[in-house]
Amino acid sequence: MKNKILYILIILLAFNWGCNDENFLDREPTDILLDDQVWGDQALILSVVSDLYFRIPEYQSAQGWWNFADFDEAFASNFGDYWRHKNNDWGYGEWSLWNYDYIREINLFIQKAESDLTDELDPAVKARFIAEGRFLRANAYFELVKRMGGVPLILEPMEYDFSGDASYLQHPRAKEAEVYDFVLSELDAIKGDLPNDVNIKSRATQGLALAMKARVAIYAASIAKYGATTPNVSLPGGEVGIDAGLANGYYNQALTAAKELINSGTYSLYNKKEDLSENFANIFIDKANNPEVIFVRDYVQSERNDGRANNWTLWNQPWSGAEDLEGGRTNPSLNLVQSFEMLDNSFATFQTTTEEGDYIFFDDPIDMFAGRDARLAGTVILPGSKFKGKDLDIWAGYQLADGSIVTGDEFGQRKVLPGSETPVQVVGFDGPIDGREFSAQSGFYVRKHMDVNTGSGQRGLKSDRWWVRYRLAETYLIAAEAAFELGNAGDAAGYMNTVRSRAGFTTDLTADDITFDRIVHERRVELAFEGHQLWDMKRWRLAHIVFNGEQADLTDQPWKADEVSTRVFGLWPYKYHEPGSANDGKWIYKQVLPGQVTGADRFRLGNYYSFINDDIRNNNPQIVKNPNQ
Amino acid sequence: MKKLKFIFTLLVATAIFASCDWDNYDEPESFLKGTIVYNGEPINVSYNDVNFQLWEPGWELSYPINVVIDQDGTYSALLFNGSYKLVFPDGQGPFRTVGADTLDVNLNGDQNMDIEVEPYYMIRNAQFSTSGGNVTATFQAEKIITDADARDIERVNLYINKSQFVDFRTNIASTEIGGGDIADANSISMSVAVPEITPTQNYVYARVGLKVAGREDMIFSSVQRIDL
Repeated sequence: MKNKILYILIILLAFNWGCNDENFLDREPTDILLDDQVWGDQALILSVVSDLYFRIPEYQSAQGWWNFADFDEAFASNFGDYWRHKNNDWGYGEWSLWNYDYIREINLFIQKAESDLTDELDPAVKARFIAEGRFLRANAYFELVKRMGGVPLILEPMEYDFSGDASYLQHPRAKEAEVYDFVLSELDAIKGDLPNDVNIKSRATQGLALAMKARVAIYAASIAKYGATTPNVSLPGGEVGIDAGLANGYYNQALTAAKELINSGTYSLYNKKEDLSENFANIFIDKANNPEVIFVRDYVQSERNDGRANNWTLWNQPWSGAEDLEGGRTNPSLNLVQSFEMLDNSFATFQTTTEEGDYIFFDDPIDMFAGRDARLAGTVILPGSKFKGKDLDIWAGYQLADGSIVTGDEFGQRKVLPGSETPVQVVGFDGPIDGREFSAQSGFYVRKHMDVNTGSGQRGLKSDRWWVRYRLAETYLIAAEAAFELGNAGDAAGYMNTVRSRAGFTTDLTADDITFDRIVHERRVELAFEGHQLWDMKRWRLAHIVFNGEQADLTDQPWKADEVSTRVFGLWPYKYHEPGSANDGKWIYKQVLPGQVTGADRFRLGNYYSFINDDIRNNNPQIVKNPNQ
Repeated sequence: MKKLKFIFTLLVATAIFASCDWDNYDEPESFLKGTIVYNGEPINVSYNDVNFQLWEPGWELSYPINVVIDQDGTYSALLFNGSYKLVFPDGQGPFRTVGADTLDVNLNGDQNMDIEVEPYYMIRNAQFSTSGGNVTATFQAEKIITDADARDIERVNLYINKSQFVDFRTNIASTEIGGGDIADANSISMSVAVPEITPTQNYVYARVGLKVAGREDMIFSSVQRIDL
């Protein structure tokens, strides 16, 4: 018994002795990295900043083909997305963003990069990381101000002191102009610390700082200028709306930045291929020494669906040549296709019948699109063209001489034509079949961003092509727009002609040709499917005019900026069947409204700046509501 | 043992039945109904476009109840009894509010409440007639607000539709006169050809609408059925 007590005592003592060691509970964690480990090592800092790059908010991008069907650029050929063409209004909360968690992490990044944790690094490397953090923060605020108007400018990571009163963390919204000014001044401040290297595409560079500055300034300028046409879209405190008197100052900033980038010679327009359409399509998929592209989101091939591989090609590949059991989703609309000019600088809608009402016959379906802007075939896969070396099979059926149509509801279905006994194929392997997902329901597939490498359309591989966020051609168009708005149409014509000659136009536009409509139109065709449409329509205050909710027919004036375009139309080729006639086997076209298109888009004044939800305003009563909601 | 089992079953059963009562709140039961009016005359608007908000003060977090105004200017909301504050958000409707911008509503049982507002214009004496496949409307546009807030007419439209929902979104035919082209606001006449209707229908619904410059929502005449 006495021994027992002794043993217990010894064991207890042993424990006591162990506890005496001060560091016993103070262990190095094995599953996370500590600040001084991360911030002393360039490679680890790079992985922190690349996570922040990875989380850049985006609206229309390779991450979501469906958002391109929200307006009039494309039809969504996918069962789950037909609602996009049946609804009328966009909710006020649409495009809303309030990502202060992301901004806080960027602020923490900047704070630590600036602290003495990074003193061991080469000063130039340290400065570059700080500049990248500030670029990401400026970009985050640009994304916010585009959507929400002025937002609180939080430039330091805020800490809660657990006092029970959080009101000192509540900040009111800054003026819309203040946020734009902040972004512009940040870009100026960091430019010198960034590398000037044409081959750095997925990190911030001097070229990017200039390209972004041009874009930010032109947005602010046009909001100031065209916001005057919608006085209701403003708030008395300036959180929404920019004073019209500031417009010229912003246009000047945009022009200066764009000129500096263009004249620096670091970048140049992509001109590697003889076939101008192929050349245009290649801008987006040529990752080797691409002189035009400034900033991208890069991808790798991967079987996983975690955002590291590019799904665009898988989602949108033509059905007839699909490498997997899906594709064909984004169908460019006739609204967009007819916007591409003829090569003599004139506009023309597509004529399907003569004045007497007879069909116009074509020997080859591609003939319908002859003589147009080379960017058309670089943006859209047309009937009668090829993709990945394979012929497309887009045709809706046989048109018989008696006016009836023989078609099918399965891809490439076979039926017996009248006067014959052997079944023949009566509809293309790409459709168009109304209501059939993955078929070209507008008559077109998308070509832009499509990877031509074998395997890029397989779920197990996907594509490693990048998503282009900034490229030089946009900077040229910004320079043109700014010069035009500042009253120098001659310079504007020069910048436009540079971009247009790359697209095959041989006759230059003159100063007299440059109008606001021209500027709007050039951006529409050059930058289609690059995620500019919503922001452009908003900053020009055109959205509520073009998307006015009326069930309007397709415009016959595609050169006009304010033509109503609330529904997506299609253009379907048919084979003509009349044995014995000279026209037998030739092609005709018909303009159609896809059966799924039942609604008409309506952009309300309250959509110009997205709804700041009630939770945000309950948490911070200083936040004022956006107008007209 | 058997008895115990029986008691347990009974206990569980009672518990289940008892809980039915616990986790159900009373449903809202009081109707707030009424019409948006000017001097007692209803203001006709387009459906789903004009709304006001009811806020119930006193809670820690506040969320509005949105009440949408019908085509003919009526509204109805099923609510809990309580005191609410009624607000028209900025820019709503072809009218401005009269007096204070917030109305106190004390709801205790069903209540009818017409809300008096001041429209920029009223459409008066809308007459519809039909001849030779055309629908013709004549009406007056009376300017109500003539002070510093006065606004011009941006355009007037005549809409016809197969169903009773008639506005710029849902119509089978429409015609438009721009504000500058109106010679005499006291006698506006416009007509529109009735297109072919499938399946055949020997009547249409029509109304005229007026868009006030700088306001998003239009004001309309009441919907009228017209036999062709």
